[in-house]
Amino acid sequence: MSYAIEMRHIRKEFPGIVANDNITLQVEEGEIHALFGENGAGKSTLMNVLFGLYQPDQGEIYVHGKKAVINDPNEATRLGIGMVHQHFMLIDKFTVAENIILGREPRKHGILDLAKAVKLVKELSEKYGLDVDPNKKVEDITVGMQQRVEILKTLYRGSDIIIFDEPTAVLTPIEIQELIVIMKRLVKEGKSIILITHKLKEIFEACDRCTVIRRGRNIDTVAISETNPSDLASMMVGRKVNVQINDAPYEPKERILEIDHLNVLDSRKVNVIKDLNLTVHGGEILGIAGVDGNGQTELIEAIAGLRKVRDGSIKIGGRDVTNQKTRKIIEAGLGYIPEDRQKHGLVLDFSVGENMVLQTYYKKPYAQAGILKNKVITKKAKQLIEEFDVRTPNEKTLARSLSGGNQQKVIVAREVDRSPQLLIAAQPTRGLDIGAIEFIHGKLLEEKKKGKAVLLVSFELDEILHLSDRIAVIYEGHIIDIVNPKETDENELGLLMAGRRKGGA
Amino acid sequence: MKVNAFLKKINWMTLLIPVISVVLGLVCGAVIMFAIGYNPLLAYQSIIESIFLQPYYGGETIRAMIPLVLAGLAVAFAFRTGLFNIGVEGQLMVGWFASVACAIIFGHLPKFILLPMSVVAGGAAGALWGFIPGLLKARFKVHEVISTIMMNYIALYTTAYLIKNFLYTEGERTPTIPQAASLSSAFLANLTQGSRLHWGFVVAIIAVTAMWFMLWKTTKGYELRAVGFSPDASEYAGMNVGGNIILSLTISGIFAGLAGAMEGLGTYQYMTINSAFTGIGFNGIAVALLGLNTPVGVTLAGALFAGLQTGGMTMQSNAGVPVELIQIIIALIIFFVGSGYVIKWAADRLKRKGHKS
Repeated sequence: MSYAIEMRHIRKEFPGIVANDNITLQVEEGEIHALFGENGAGKSTLMNVLFGLYQPDQGEIYVHGKKAVINDPNEATRLGIGMVHQHFMLIDKFTVAENIILGREPRKHGILDLAKAVKLVKELSEKYGLDVDPNKKVEDITVGMQQRVEILKTLYRGSDIIIFDEPTAVLTPIEIQELIVIMKRLVKEGKSIILITHKLKEIFEACDRCTVIRRGRNIDTVAISETNPSDLASMMVGRKVNVQINDAPYEPKERILEIDHLNVLDSRKVNVIKDLNLTVHGGEILGIAGVDGNGQTELIEAIAGLRKVRDGSIKIGGRDVTNQKTRKIIEAGLGYIPEDRQKHGLVLDFSVGENMVLQTYYKKPYAQAGILKNKVITKKAKQLIEEFDVRTPNEKTLARSLSGGNQQKVIVAREVDRSPQLLIAAQPTRGLDIGAIEFIHGKLLEEKKKGKAVLLVSFELDEILHLSDRIAVIYEGHIIDIVNPKETDENELGLLMAGRRKGGA
Repeated sequence: MKVNAFLKKINWMTLLIPVISVVLGLVCGAVIMFAIGYNPLLAYQSIIESIFLQPYYGGETIRAMIPLVLAGLAVAFAFRTGLFNIGVEGQLMVGWFASVACAIIFGHLPKFILLPMSVVAGGAAGALWGFIPGLLKARFKVHEVISTIMMNYIALYTTAYLIKNFLYTEGERTPTIPQAASLSSAFLANLTQGSRLHWGFVVAIIAVTAMWFMLWKTTKGYELRAVGFSPDASEYAGMNVGGNIILSLTISGIFAGLAGAMEGLGTYQYMTINSAFTGIGFNGIAVALLGLNTPVGVTLAGALFAGLQTGGMTMQSNAGVPVELIQIIIALIIFFVGSGYVIKWAADRLKRKGHKS
């Protein structure tokens, strides 16, 4: 029997790292095949080989049983392989139809035939149940719809093998469900799908079989019906996965963060934080639950001195830090794991070592009289890389070239190592795989045990329920209620997040 | 051992682009010469012979290098911190003027005070001319490309006005500066058979070292580079982004101002009323680009341009090639550096082909 795609013994080496080492992937006709592995395991490299962006050093590729040499993406397209990228390749100012036909425009007498394009797109979207409006501009449609445009792009080019590169990373829960329905429909229409992911839930909801890779090597290919989540997870990580539980006793100590009647304006001068009161004690993790856009970002920015406080006060460790400079607040004992790790957490073009001292470079022992002590910095970086298991060739590697999980580990290492009284963690595990999530949760719990105050902001209710000692629900800029995680559940939290108080209507 | 470790550190691919650009520029220049009936081999031979074998041209090359390297450092420093300083030209002019004015006004002071003072005056004027666009950017978000271009014109006409009204002498220029402020040296001139080589090369060497030291060895340099790469992350880490922008353009301006001072106190010993830009500041952009914004690279690129310009003069007498052709070759080199992406792509292609066969 021939496979839709068969990649045999693929090896791909980059300077200093073997990204793919003898990997074999066999995708049957008409199945949804998961390619499962941690960040940096080599999934993307393998798919880039298949899509013609990289040339393999060794190994062979067969498409529908025929040997193929794929030199560039055009060749891949010709062979019927299409890719839905994680970061969409769309032109915002163009309409949906224009984006889809781009590069293969239907013509009439040599002139672009837009009416035909719209018709073609409509036909395609009806055939596969992909609901889009061909005449809308891409900038005006939702992220989920943009992804459908990407799928239509591959279909328009005649793909029958579609690669989805971590497609759910950018989607809301409802959009994820819709995507799974779409993928099943595509398979029913005779397409074969490769789904790159590190999320177990999706694999069990959508896929038929699953190939697990770890550190560039093949681990196994299994039928989903014959396995279970915990087996797959340990296969991916290479050891038993321990879910981190907040089992240390809850013994709140002195008040570390005290927020009193806080009012903050957002960039449009709207009062987004209204009369907010909140206290976080040493030795506790306080989780802030809430729907995105209810003032979480502004609250954290105000604490960190990145946004002006209009009214009210913020104290860290008893010291008033309201409207102080960020550096002063950091020196007063703030550690901060920002939500956007690439934009705010790291200088991507700095080395890992340089990033490790981003707030402390001017202090002893890293500097003296304005002169950097590069030896001390390197030594510290090496120690943190070791201690926090950052997978990087060495401390001189640019932060940009690390995987997302390892970038986050650099930030966590830096912040935790400074031993701040208050640690703010904003969406600390977004987009990370199980191994990295487990690691970061463990570090947050360690901080609690050390008697530090941890303020955790997350849109993942699981995470909040799992780690918090108390949960504060934020709604329209103030704390609507504080609940005990042991006495609540997702339903109650959901209601509070929508602005309905306990007991009340 | 040490040399080996150093060689390993160099990223050969990044070095490839400037080197290939220079080679391609020279080859294209040769093709053009050949096409219009000159002998390119003879032309290049005369450039190389004059620079390396004739002390006069060797001295003039180093002399021309001094302001080019300083201007290149000015552009490169700002680049390193994420800013595009097109105002080097203007900063250079005010530096030139300030150094000459200082030398004339305080002409009665002894050399060991007057000379350093005049050099500092040039640097300070350049610093001011960099500080203003920096302040505008940090406070009012005025893009530095726009404001520095405007500052160039202000510098051009302000210096002309000041010379005309306060320091005017016959020949549309300032009087010659007193010996006590001069960088020129009979010793260096004799050594190079009468070239205008002056002590300014010491200043250039100090500046090259200073840039390297500042950016990679000091905490301020760390901060400047961080802000250059990512203003957002720097702000989150507690750095003062606006302050660093101002500082960066000010330091850049110092380098440019010193370049002007070298011309005023060394090469010419006076300043003429300029009706157009000197071009050194703009060439500085090219030097920085070709030198990959590193101090050593800027020095090498400055040497190349200075050598071409100086040696180019002999090309005319020995091979009959018009001296303007040198400008074309320089332009071609810049063009190829700018198309670095294409060179990279071609190199990749070649590598792939190699794999297949």
